[in-house]
Amino acid sequence: MMAPLYEFGRFGDGTGLVIAVLLGIAFGWFLEQGGMGNARKLAGQFYFTDLSVLKLMFTAIVTAMLGLFWLSWAGLLDLSRVYVPETFIAPQLVGGLVFGVGFATGGLCPGTSCVAAATGRKDGLALIAGMFAGVFVFGEAFPAIGHFADSTARGAWTLPQAVGLSYGTVVGVMVAVALGAFAGAEWLERRAERPAHRMKIAA
Amino acid sequence: MSNKPAPYASPYLAGVGIGVVLLLAFVLMGRGLGASGAFSSVVAAAVNTTAPSHAAANAFYTGYLSDGATNPLKDWLVLEIIGVVIGGLASGLLAGRMRWTTERGSGITDRRRLVNAFVGGTAMGVGAKLARGCTSGLGLTGGATLSVGSWLFIIAAFMGAYAAAPLLRRAWR
Repeated sequence: MMAPLYEFGRFGDGTGLVIAVLLGIAFGWFLEQGGMGNARKLAGQFYFTDLSVLKLMFTAIVTAMLGLFWLSWAGLLDLSRVYVPETFIAPQLVGGLVFGVGFATGGLCPGTSCVAAATGRKDGLALIAGMFAGVFVFGEAFPAIGHFADSTARGAWTLPQAVGLSYGTVVGVMVAVALGAFAGAEWLERRAERPAHRMKIAA
Repeated sequence: MSNKPAPYASPYLAGVGIGVVLLLAFVLMGRGLGASGAFSSVVAAAVNTTAPSHAAANAFYTGYLSDGATNPLKDWLVLEIIGVVIGGLASGLLAGRMRWTTERGSGITDRRRLVNAFVGGTAMGVGAKLARGCTSGLGLTGGATLSVGSWLFIIAAFMGAYAAAPLLRRAWR
């Protein structure tokens, strides 16, 4: 049986929507378990005191990346039928910067704000309201800025294509970068725990 | 709600869990997880309901209304996000972490924190739509599929956050 199952007609849209709810439940469960519904914990990422965001995100990326790689290597999954977010260089760089400033200000991202709100955090609700406002502002501004938003399009462009290395090599490099990032994150957290450094932050 | 909250799980463990969920989305659906797209579907449907001709003249809104699905509840990402709320609620209930409160640093008031959250959310709404995704759709889905634009977004987002963080120190201390 070849994956993706939906792409090969193994089930229809109705079943796909049920799967959406079930995958969402598991996604929300693990986000809350990892503390991602708590803005104070997330904000620790930006002051090098709690790097859970980096650890959780990078672990999730590497897990799914390795799964895709091995399933495709074993001939069980057709990678060409898996959606790759398209590249728009300039709008993604500018959008990323704006998003990042919003992330540090709001302390939650769009997905985690839903978990924060679900567990009673009023700041999660306020952030959701802000997201709706921001999307509406963008929608109303689209006739003016749509040209920029659609610029520097590169389609479904992947890192192996961009750097001219094999898929397996890039996957290996990503795993090495992740392990290095985890070691750095652990070191930063231990450093933040030291009394001398705590006083320096407070001063 | 007075019970002692359970400590959070290891971020590595939770990360593996989310990675497996993301992989299941690829294997079952051929698509990844997302979040900001659900907000877009709801906004597009709301604009379409209140001002249909205004929505029809705007390519951003029509992009989210294109399959004739003016009911956002038929949208895959909207249903996924409804699941996220249910899953977050279930986990929070079982772990004793439900609190009707405002998470903030001690340097600011609740009201200031709520304003910050709204302003931050607005910036993220604009940024995510400009970039065509957020920490879920670009960060996780694009990260795992090695999309160039997604990695550019991730790097830019952390740069933006680290640039703004020193100015916001009081809000989180």
